[in-house]
Amino acid sequence: MKTVNQSMRKKDAMQLVTGQPVYMDDVIPQDCLIVKLLRSPHANAIVQEIDTSRALLVPGIEAIYTWKDVDQQGRRYTQAGQTYPEPSPYDRLVIDRHVRFAGDVVAILAGKDEKCVDKAMKLIKVQYEVLPAVLDYHTALDNPVLVHPEENWESLAPVGADNKRNLCAHDESGAGDIEAVLAGCDVVIDHTYHTRACQQAMMETFRTYCSIDAYGRLNVLSSTQIVFHCRRILANALHIPKSMIRVAKPRIGGGFGAKQTSVCEVYPAFVTWKTKKPSKIIFSRYESQIASTPRHEMELHVRLGATKDGIVRGIDLYTLSNTGAYGEHGPTTVGLSGHKSIPLYGKAEAFRFVSDVVYTNHMSAGAYRGYGATQGLFAVESAVNELADKLGIDPFVIRQRNIVHEGDVMPAYYGQVNTSCALDRCLQAVHDNIGWDEKYPVRDMGNGKVRAVGMGMAMQGSGITSVDVGSASLKINDDGFYTLSIGAADMGTGCDTILAQIAAEVLDCPLDNVTVLGADTDSSPYDSGSYASSTTYVTGKAVEQCAEQLKQKICQVGAGLLGLDERAVVFAGDAVTSEDGTQRATLAQIAAASQCGSNTALEAVVTHSSEISPPPFMVGAAEVEVDLETGEAQVIRYEAAVDCGTPVNPNLARVQAEGGILQGIGMALTENVTYDDRGMPQENSLMQYKIPARNDIGHIHVVFESSYEGTGPFGAKSIGEVVINTPLPAVADAIYHATHKRFYELPITREQIALAGQ
Amino acid sequence: MQITFTLNHKKVTAEIAADTVLLDLVRSLGCKSVKRGCETANCGLCTVFLDEKPVLSCSVLAARVNGRSVTTLEGLQEEAAEFGAFIADQGAEQCGFCNPGFIMNALALFRENPDPGEDEIKEYLAGNLCRCSGYEGQLRGILNFLAWKKGKEAAQ
Repeated sequence: MKTVNQSMRKKDAMQLVTGQPVYMDDVIPQDCLIVKLLRSPHANAIVQEIDTSRALLVPGIEAIYTWKDVDQQGRRYTQAGQTYPEPSPYDRLVIDRHVRFAGDVVAILAGKDEKCVDKAMKLIKVQYEVLPAVLDYHTALDNPVLVHPEENWESLAPVGADNKRNLCAHDESGAGDIEAVLAGCDVVIDHTYHTRACQQAMMETFRTYCSIDAYGRLNVLSSTQIVFHCRRILANALHIPKSMIRVAKPRIGGGFGAKQTSVCEVYPAFVTWKTKKPSKIIFSRYESQIASTPRHEMELHVRLGATKDGIVRGIDLYTLSNTGAYGEHGPTTVGLSGHKSIPLYGKAEAFRFVSDVVYTNHMSAGAYRGYGATQGLFAVESAVNELADKLGIDPFVIRQRNIVHEGDVMPAYYGQVNTSCALDRCLQAVHDNIGWDEKYPVRDMGNGKVRAVGMGMAMQGSGITSVDVGSASLKINDDGFYTLSIGAADMGTGCDTILAQIAAEVLDCPLDNVTVLGADTDSSPYDSGSYASSTTYVTGKAVEQCAEQLKQKICQVGAGLLGLDERAVVFAGDAVTSEDGTQRATLAQIAAASQCGSNTALEAVVTHSSEISPPPFMVGAAEVEVDLETGEAQVIRYEAAVDCGTPVNPNLARVQAEGGILQGIGMALTENVTYDDRGMPQENSLMQYKIPARNDIGHIHVVFESSYEGTGPFGAKSIGEVVINTPLPAVADAIYHATHKRFYELPITREQIALAGQ
Repeated sequence: MQITFTLNHKKVTAEIAADTVLLDLVRSLGCKSVKRGCETANCGLCTVFLDEKPVLSCSVLAARVNGRSVTTLEGLQEEAAEFGAFIADQGAEQCGFCNPGFIMNALALFRENPDPGEDEIKEYLAGNLCRCSGYEGQLRGILNFLAWKKGKEAAQ
């Protein structure tokens, strides 16, 4: 292959490293309305009185909207970017008289500059009727305090939701007789694990610009992963026709799932639709920490039974998930906690997976890289690590005895067949690369510090089976260069480049001959958007097929120019030639012919969806240095092996893995989310919410052990999400080996380690 | 109030409020490479040079640059492209939002210490957060750049 599986520079790389103005706030007019939000200080309250009269007198204030400007009986909507009908409940109004978390929106302000808006915000007088709040998610189900008592709450999909029970979703699945299997096991590991509502903390906070175009339509330029879903969300929120809305994205400063939810778009859209004036909103980091869309906090009760030889015979998992005040991604994230952890254990005779997702008066949770699998894998992999320890079996050996293999049916993975899998090779590579046998379990460094190792495995999916849709359109232009239009969103991952690589491979041309346009609801072919690890596998396949179709059309026109039969020509990349190569119509000639007196569109559009979601697999091992006195723990080395099928661009796949691993390490060690007794998030800045800095990590080393996925483009599966999962169990087990104390809750803080060391 | 200063080698006069910070001033003057990532001086995205030394422009009052010299990545395009190409060759620019601040500070490091070791690199750039890359690709890019520069200088 000339282009695929090559480490090509990202097409936008040089623009980015030289700081060109390509992000939302760089490209919009400076003189637009500034939109800001007045937020509730209470976790659960009704706005009794709101007086904006003095605030409206501030010079420069254009408008202030409150619940009185929003039909409280109107149809509700969800901000979750999901395929219609969304599993997430319709439980929001743009401004609701009933505010449900500390940070919920009370008023939308718009003015000519930040100063006047800030001043006006202080002059709004609000009287709240403060209600008791549900702040402990263990008590949420059937609590007399209802987060959503309203009658116009709506669930569109059969996810077991009931707002009169604070229940956002409930599900049960299983195979075999789990109780009988566990009763017959030599050993059962039985523990409850807890993970926090971690923040994606992408460097570019949430932001959107809106204006009215020449046709009177609402134009939205937003930092979003989901242009098409965003159009529907805005139409539902504003109760205006979808035909009146266009959503496009510029370069995005990171997403990680945060921008799979329309966290900020509705507010400037509301302002611009009402005032017909351009407006923008830019969330502060504070807002991005306290009123956004973090990972679902989950508690996972695992019962894992095995033989004395370490063969896992059954896994019973109950997951309780805290979706917060609104149900974005609540019903779907929880499913991955079981369906993308249990299937790793291919010899299990039975499993049961039960889940409840509950409403509380915390900020709404949402989509974050890993999407529930991260939480589930922490629990299941930690249980297996404990099993290995209990039985005196090496953690790698116990995995080798248990792992799912290519060709196996995976009952807990919706009964799908494991079509491509190099998990066995991943285990071997990581075992050897980290020097496991010399380092396991712990070495005393003789200076008060110990170095310990731990490991974990992971899987994810590649798109949502029979739901996600990827599309591509390709056309040939003057001189024979191509334009690839996509609806997938490059959020820094490099999908514009890798999709162009796939097109260039099929069209046998240099990467520079393929320009990429995306994503814009008016001009892009329909795509669900960039989430669920779908872009390479689903949209990539659409690109491959689209390029094949365009090639056929080019050959038709080329054959016509040469006066040959279509079957007597071959596509040679830069030309269409006769079979013996003596007659040539260059691409430039063909493109020119298509633009003069032509009745043939040299353009192709392909839409693709997959009936399977082949899992990528991964193994990771952490070497952690622990100072037993101070509790300081640093990952000095992380070794990983990834099976993402064919890496379309090994450089970009590697950086995905390295970046995901460090996010996972942050989740294991420092990224904490706690609430005070009034329901206010405590870690409300990058000062308190500690994402890893470069001196917090030693080295991360990633290798690829590729299987070949026949249904993916050139054998590819996904990479984006699986990479965040392994550090959680690996780091936790290393800390156990260092301190001889097991932690069942993340993050494992320095204080906790220091106390354990005493 | 009115201030006059040098921005990317050009004299500029600007009307500012007393509480305007340098970050907002340079952006309003067209230097869009300078980004805001937090409000607590933690992320490093807004790094610019003030009299050739790196500072966080979110934490410098615009009034303080009166009579002084400010440089943003817009004024260092050749250097940015020369070094940035090594980051691009690793795919480590990723979303790119942290790149200008990170590259400004890396250039400052190379000026201060032309031959830094790995620990010195990590220490100097510790205040430049990146959520995408895990830093490893940035480190590879920096080390490759330094090796290339050394080779180039040796050849001269």
